[in-house]
Order: sequence, then structure tokens, then C-alpha cells
Amino acid sequence: MANVPLFMFLLFIAITLGITYWASKRSSGSSAYFAASRQIKGWQNGIAVAGDYMSAASFLGIAGIIAFQGYDGFLFSVGWLVAYLTVLLVIAEPLRNAGKYTMADVLAYRLKPRPVRAMASLSTLTVSTFYMIAQMVGAGALVKLLLGGYVTYNQAVTGVGILMIVYVVFGGMLATTWVQIVKAVLLMAGTILLSILVMAHFHFSFGEFFGAIGHVTYHDAKGGVVVKDFLQPGLRYKPPYGPLDLISLGLALIFGTAGLPHILVRFYTVPDAKTARNSVVWAMVLIGSFYIMTTFLGFGAATIVGPDFIKGHGGTNMSAPLLANSLAGPIFFAFISAIAFATILAVVAGLTISATTSFSHDFWTNVIHNGVERKPGEEVLVARISAFVVGAVAILIAIVLGPTANVAFLVALAFAVAASANLPVIVLSIFWRRFNTAGAVAGLGVGLLASIGLILVSPSLMAIDPPTVVGAARHLIQAKAWFPLENPGILSIPLGFIGAILGTLLSHEPTSQHKFNELLVRSNTGLGAEKAGAH
Amino acid sequence: MGEALKSIDTRPEERYEASQTTWDKIAESQDFKDLMATKRIFIVPAFIFFVVYYFALPVLVGYAPQFMSTRVLDVNLAYLFALSQFFVAWLIAGLYVRAANDFDKLAKDIVEKAVDAKALSGKGGQ
Repeated sequence: MANVPLFMFLLFIAITLGITYWASKRSSGSSAYFAASRQIKGWQNGIAVAGDYMSAASFLGIAGIIAFQGYDGFLFSVGWLVAYLTVLLVIAEPLRNAGKYTMADVLAYRLKPRPVRAMASLSTLTVSTFYMIAQMVGAGALVKLLLGGYVTYNQAVTGVGILMIVYVVFGGMLATTWVQIVKAVLLMAGTILLSILVMAHFHFSFGEFFGAIGHVTYHDAKGGVVVKDFLQPGLRYKPPYGPLDLISLGLALIFGTAGLPHILVRFYTVPDAKTARNSVVWAMVLIGSFYIMTTFLGFGAATIVGPDFIKGHGGTNMSAPLLANSLAGPIFFAFISAIAFATILAVVAGLTISATTSFSHDFWTNVIHNGVERKPGEEVLVARISAFVVGAVAILIAIVLGPTANVAFLVALAFAVAASANLPVIVLSIFWRRFNTAGAVAGLGVGLLASIGLILVSPSLMAIDPPTVVGAARHLIQAKAWFPLENPGILSIPLGFIGAILGTLLSHEPTSQHKFNELLVRSNTGLGAEKAGAH
Repeated sequence: MGEALKSIDTRPEERYEASQTTWDKIAESQDFKDLMATKRIFIVPAFIFFVVYYFALPVLVGYAPQFMSTRVLDVNLAYLFALSQFFVAWLIAGLYVRAANDFDKLAKDIVEKAVDAKALSGKGGQ
């Protein structure tokens, strides 16, 4: 049966390569390469934002967490949507109005461009790389499970890496956007279908469905039979630190989403701020519907497939594909698996383009060469080369880590850095007249270091494993964790803000205050905002 | 005036540039203050409301799990409250889009006035 998933993977790859070829034929130039000439329509960008956001962590990860830990997993789903209100109310429009390609454009307006861009670029590359490695390891493990007889983990990781390099190098933002759209539509279709099948299994009776969730039966580690109400909170987040970890996660989502570089760059692909706003609303409709349906995916897997069976057939991340298999057989299993694969591929492409845009536009052009493109097309050329390098490095790290590596914390880390480093400086730059360069550099630096430092000493990396756990699955530091929470947000976000505020108050920079009015007017009215390219 | 306007509209690469005093003048104009006030009246309460409403979920679920497990209909309070978050988020987004139409009108006036003023003063501010 393995040739069916193989065929579906190949079909998706063929479609996306077709898109890349089409995109590469379109006109070139920085605005076309980095921002798809700012001609993406509101609904298209909305779907693409949703696509960028609904990663494998959502589709496979959340379904898996709900299948094993019930209601607490659903709490993830809630935060991932609500976070978009911060994007909508605070970030999207000012960013589109005042910026060009990256979040650093907004910071560089009234602050000294070189130090600010250098730090912002470092933070962007950190977020993108961590997030990407998590996706790559996930992709390798997934493909190995699905096509074990044909493809090894290393080949799978290399394949994903090469494809993403091809999309980004040849197709730029336009191809990445359309790959994202195709994937988001597939993902929604698959999720809706799966949800309907779950409800059909329960004869379209919510009473029956939630009744079954009330007593999920499985075996615990000691082999005893356990019957649990999966709708009851507390299966994952247990006292004493559970509730605090949950709040900390919420903070990282609410403040981190609006600081994720691969989401922020999307708002530069539309013609104006109003379209950016509409695209957030489109994204919220899709993302919200998707996360509500994780109810059916996760609880469906828990009740219909059962945690015992999933544990024996690939583990938590296989919950959704296994659910598809037991509801509609191997062909549907192949379809859902191919969607999961498409999801990973599209997300890594989105991450790559945001990383390369930041490196090329912020670091190469503006930090090293003082904002001057020495010859036409240099910025795009540098971006293409850096896409190649980023891809190669990601392949290498994913291979070194191997399929059993504990990488889930990397996604938490990406959100923590985005929330603690990026968001405070974006917000203060737009809203606080007194804010200055020292504040931005201090805020980015403290937020970045606090997130990484706290995760290093958190239970994600510090724990004492029993000797049965071997290799990459072992925790990096074999000692009791110093910081009790998996999500550092509750501490690192205030630290990021404090760094930014102290840095500002301890220094004096009149020009940044003088130029505040210009940024204020530009970001709130759209006066002089970058326009869509002529075609 | 028409000429200068046209040059701004047909050459998208050319950004609106102006002198420091022009930016200060716009920022201190009544129109701009009205825009900021209109935005603030909606955005600040909306932001505070959604943050409080959202964090009520982990706080209640984390610190009052027994209460949140109370059965309601086929489900429990915890699930219903979590589900309500989606609809509240959509509602706030919908209300924001409606309110933002007013922001757009106010902003459009400011932009038009600024572009006109610049056109009248020739190449001023470049």
C-alpha cells in the first residue's frame, strides 16, 4: 500500500514545482522577490498566513496531545487563534504602513539602523532556524514512518531541504505564497473530511461523541487499565507548576505570534494596510475553524483509535493519520499523510524566505553596506545564496540530531523569542516616543538571551532520564531542572520589556524622539506606504 | 497641482517624503489627533477585554479544575468556555473591521490633505 502515499507526495511536489516555475518567470527585482510585488489579494494572503501558521506542530502535534492528554491539548488550540487578535489590533497595519520587507524596517525608522537591524536580524534568524529544525526532524520522522521501505530518515530530510531551497531560490515570495495557499486548502479539506467521518462514526450525535470522550480506556506505564474522562482539565498540566506553565504558554502565544518573522513578512505582500487587515480576518476564520476541528481529530483519535494503538504504531504524532486509516482505510491514510508532509514543506519554505529576507535586506544591504545596493539585483542574489546556506545548515543539523531527537521545545523556544525579543521592541517603537536605539538593542538582546537561557535550564532540556532512554532522546543536561516551566514566557517577556525600557532610560538619543512623529503619522495613516508594483 | 499628484500616483517607487516640520505639523493637527483618539477608544478596551477573557481560561482551568469540570449539557464548563474563546475572538475581529472603516476615512483625509499640500508647494520637502 506504500505506493499510494508515495504517489500523493509526488503529486504535491509536482504541483508545487509547477508553481515555482510559473513564479520564476514573473518579473524580478527586490519587491517581487521579497514581497510578491505586494500584489497578493487579501483572501489569498489570509489563506497563506493560515498556511504558514498551521504547521505540523498544529496538525499532527495538537491532534496527538488531545489524543493522549485530552482537554489540556485543546487549550493549545484556543491560544493559537486568540493570538491573532494581537496581530490584528496592534501589529499588522502599522507594520504594513511603515515597513518595506522586514520588521526591522519599522525599527530602523527612527533608531540607528545598523545596530538595530543587526540585532533584529539575529533574532529573526534564531526564531526561523529553531522553528525550521523542529519541522525538518518532524518531516524526516514522518516520511520514514510512511515510506519506511523506500526512504530513510536522512534521505527524507535532505529531500525536504532541497525542495524548500528550490521553492525559495527560484520562486521567491510569490511561489512560497502559492505553495502555502495550496497546502492550506488541502489541510482544511482533509480536516473537514476527517471531522465529518468522526461524527459519522458517532452517528452524527454529539451526545454519543462526548459520551465516548467521557471514558477513554488505555493502559498506563505499569500495564494497568485506566479509564479517564478526557474532557476533564488537568491531564497534562498538573500541580504544582502546571497552571503556571499554561499561563506562560498563553503569554508566549498571545505576544509571540505577533512577533513571528515568517508571519510578519506576509503583510508586506499585500497592496495596503486595509488589505493586510482583511487578510488577518481571513486567516482568523480559517485558523479558528481548523482549531475547533482539532476537537474531532484529537478526541476522535482518542476514542476511535485509542492511545494504546497509537503508541504502538508511531506514537502521538501519528494520531491524525491513524485516525484516517481506521475511519476510511489506507487511501485516506495516504491522503492525510501527504497533507501532513505538504504542511511541513510549505512551512519550512515560509521560514526560509523570512530568514533570507532578513539576512539579505537587514544584514547584508543595511548593516554591512549602509543601506546601499551596490549593483541592481544584489539584494535578491544574496537572498538566494543565503536560502541555499540556510537550507544546507538545516539539513545538516536535522541529520545530526536524528529522528528520535527531542525537538518539541524548539517551537516553544521560537515563540518565546518572538514574544520576548521581537514584540516588545516593535510595540515600544510604534507607541513610545522616548524609545531609542539602546533600548531596542537591549530589549532584543535580553529577550533573546532570557528565552534561550530559561529553556536551557527548563524541564525540556534538563531532567534525569532512566537508563532505558538512550541516544538523542535523552535530555541534554542530566540534572534536575532549575526553572520549573517548559514555557519561559511568563518571565522572559517581562525581562524583554524591562531590558528595552531600561536601555532607553539609561541613554539619550534626541533624534529618535524627533523622528517619532514621522513614524506615528506613517504607521497610522499609511501616508507614503510602499505601493504595489506595476505590472 | 494635478501634475504633482500624478507623479506620486504613477511612480510607486517614489515614497512620500517630507521635512521634519511637516511631519510635526500633521502629527499635531486636529485631524490626526481625532484619528488617534478614535482608534484608541476602540483598540485599548478591545485589547484589554480579550486579554482578560483569554487568560481567565488558563487561570480557571488551572486553579479551579473541579469547578470547570461541572457537566453542562453533553460537555463541561471547561470545554464550553474554551469553545466560547473562538467565537469571542471572531466577534472582536468583526467589530474591529467595522470600527476600522471609520479609521480609514479619517486617515484618508489626512493623507489627501498632506499630498495636496505638498503638491501645492511644488517639490517641497524632497
